[in-house]
Amino acid sequence: MSTLEIKDLHASVVTDAGETPILKGVDLTVESGRTQAVMGPNGSGKSTLAYVIAGHPKYVVTQGSITLDGQDVLEMSVDERARAGLFLAMQYPVEIPGVSVSNFLRTSATAVRGEAPKLRTWIGEVKDSMAGLQMDPSFAERNVNEGFSGGEKKRHEILQLSLLKPKIAILDETDSGLDVDALRIVSEGVNKFTEETNAGILLITHYTRILRYIKPDVVNVFAGGRIVETGGPELAEVLEAEGYERFTDLAKA
Amino acid sequence: MSAVQAPPSDLAPRVLSNDPSDHDVPHGREEEWRFTPIDKIRDFFAPGDWGTVAAASGEFVSVRPASADTSAVESSAQWVATDLPSALARTKAADVVSIDIPAEAQVADVIVVDLTAPAAANYGRIEISAGAFSKATVVLRLDMTSDISGILVTDVADQADLTVLTLYDGPRTSRHIWQWATTVGRDAQFLGLSIALGGSVIRLQQSVRYAGPGGSAELLGAFLAADEQFQEFRIFVDHNQPNCSSNVVFKGALSGESAHTVWIGDVLVRREATGIETYELNRNLLLNDGPRADSVPNLELETGDVVSAGHASATGRFDDEQLFYLESRGIPENLARQLVVRGFFVDVLAKVKDAELRDDVLRRIEERIGMEALEEQVSEDVQ
Repeated sequence: MSTLEIKDLHASVVTDAGETPILKGVDLTVESGRTQAVMGPNGSGKSTLAYVIAGHPKYVVTQGSITLDGQDVLEMSVDERARAGLFLAMQYPVEIPGVSVSNFLRTSATAVRGEAPKLRTWIGEVKDSMAGLQMDPSFAERNVNEGFSGGEKKRHEILQLSLLKPKIAILDETDSGLDVDALRIVSEGVNKFTEETNAGILLITHYTRILRYIKPDVVNVFAGGRIVETGGPELAEVLEAEGYERFTDLAKA
Repeated sequence: MSAVQAPPSDLAPRVLSNDPSDHDVPHGREEEWRFTPIDKIRDFFAPGDWGTVAAASGEFVSVRPASADTSAVESSAQWVATDLPSALARTKAADVVSIDIPAEAQVADVIVVDLTAPAAANYGRIEISAGAFSKATVVLRLDMTSDISGILVTDVADQADLTVLTLYDGPRTSRHIWQWATTVGRDAQFLGLSIALGGSVIRLQQSVRYAGPGGSAELLGAFLAADEQFQEFRIFVDHNQPNCSSNVVFKGALSGESAHTVWIGDVLVRREATGIETYELNRNLLLNDGPRADSVPNLELETGDVVSAGHASATGRFDDEQLFYLESRGIPENLARQLVVRGFFVDVLAKVKDAELRDDVLRRIEERIGMEALEEQVSEDVQ
């Protein structure tokens, strides 16, 4: 049983021009076995929330706290956060030339698990996970994200999710740029992972489409750098029908 | 020997002579010396009481006393010194280290030659010849504990397939000024790879010319420069025959405030070199702010009748987003840096067919990156 607790989180993006506040008081709790959806319009700061939890150096926390099972996440380096059990499936995974998927997966699994996985079981593990996501075995020999299609990048993110088995996973717009088939495969991968591990999910999305495949327990509407409304799955239906306008007005108020 | 005037091209060397007195003393403003820290190597421009580079004799490897006469390899390769250091090395080296692959020999094992430098400063005269239809891989490991001013003449006969890897790995204190000239025979294949990790000054002038049509040359380089290190790679490919190809790929990683690298890629396609293919690429990765990487590709076409001719050059900062991605998967920063830098060099090293040799070079590069990361860590801790 794990709990990621975000309290009164304020954060700014750091650029050459200075610091610009993006998050303005986020309160959110993600627990094992529960899926929290965070939905919001473009520019609302929901991706910033994902990056701040993972520790991207571009952002600075100015107020508030993030804890994982009581431990101060903000005190941890990026890699320590991952080893503590946090995972961010990125919206735009970056290419790493010359580093093969198989080398990358094994290096990260070794880091997160604290020891190198036994080669024989590891090969089987990777093969099964890849098969589940309908990825061709030749995929492992390609360089990380290099020349991957949008769908391949997202499958690769979920493949890592299933191998690294975090306590809490943040999925940042995993549905963006996916066609219906890819969305279904990726969603099934996420659902299989949560069934097997009982992990907690923070699902960040712009569209309600992915919620047909991954059922949220709670839906939060994000606007103006904070959560402006929280409800059950039915809130997603309201958003689908009415759009975000009412909530962006709410954030300005 | 009297000076011979080379054909008029901006890229081809102007003075061809083995006599040091035919060459001007570089003052640093000449095109070919303008990037070099002349003050650090002035003693390379005057004859000195230096030692001579040696090697243990073995299969294919022999050492003979030098003579002023043109050697068989020099004659076959049509090699003549092009500047003062190469003329001095040619004249002053007491011995010649010779690596001879007989015609039609298919040498499966990598021929590893340790070039030892017995004195504090040394002249080196190395010759490699690959006989017709032969196939071999030679690794030259350079003693980096002493200074060397050397020439390396390589002659690849018709349809031979020769790979030569030169390894500059060791302490970061010595100075190495080398001229490496290769002549590629009809339908022959040559792969020359330079790995530069050690030394305080490395200046490698590497040239290729062709003795017949159909030859192919690949010149590859992987270099790592840290604080106080200067590395210069001056490439000159002389396309003087039809239907040949050349591919030049040099990749460098730089770290530390005062690291400085230079890559000059000169390619001359002469009027008679129709149907050729040439491509050259230099990429530099700056691991932090401060290092300087100069990169100058020059392509001179005297004929438009070529299959392809191109060049590319790019110098970029280490991508922090790559680091973040790897770290967000639990990989510690040092290891993440190692992975990215190793990945940067992989395509160059993939050209090395021998797996053991390739792994050895990769391991040396990784060790060096690990060392850099450690040094950086220590200096951060001190601050």
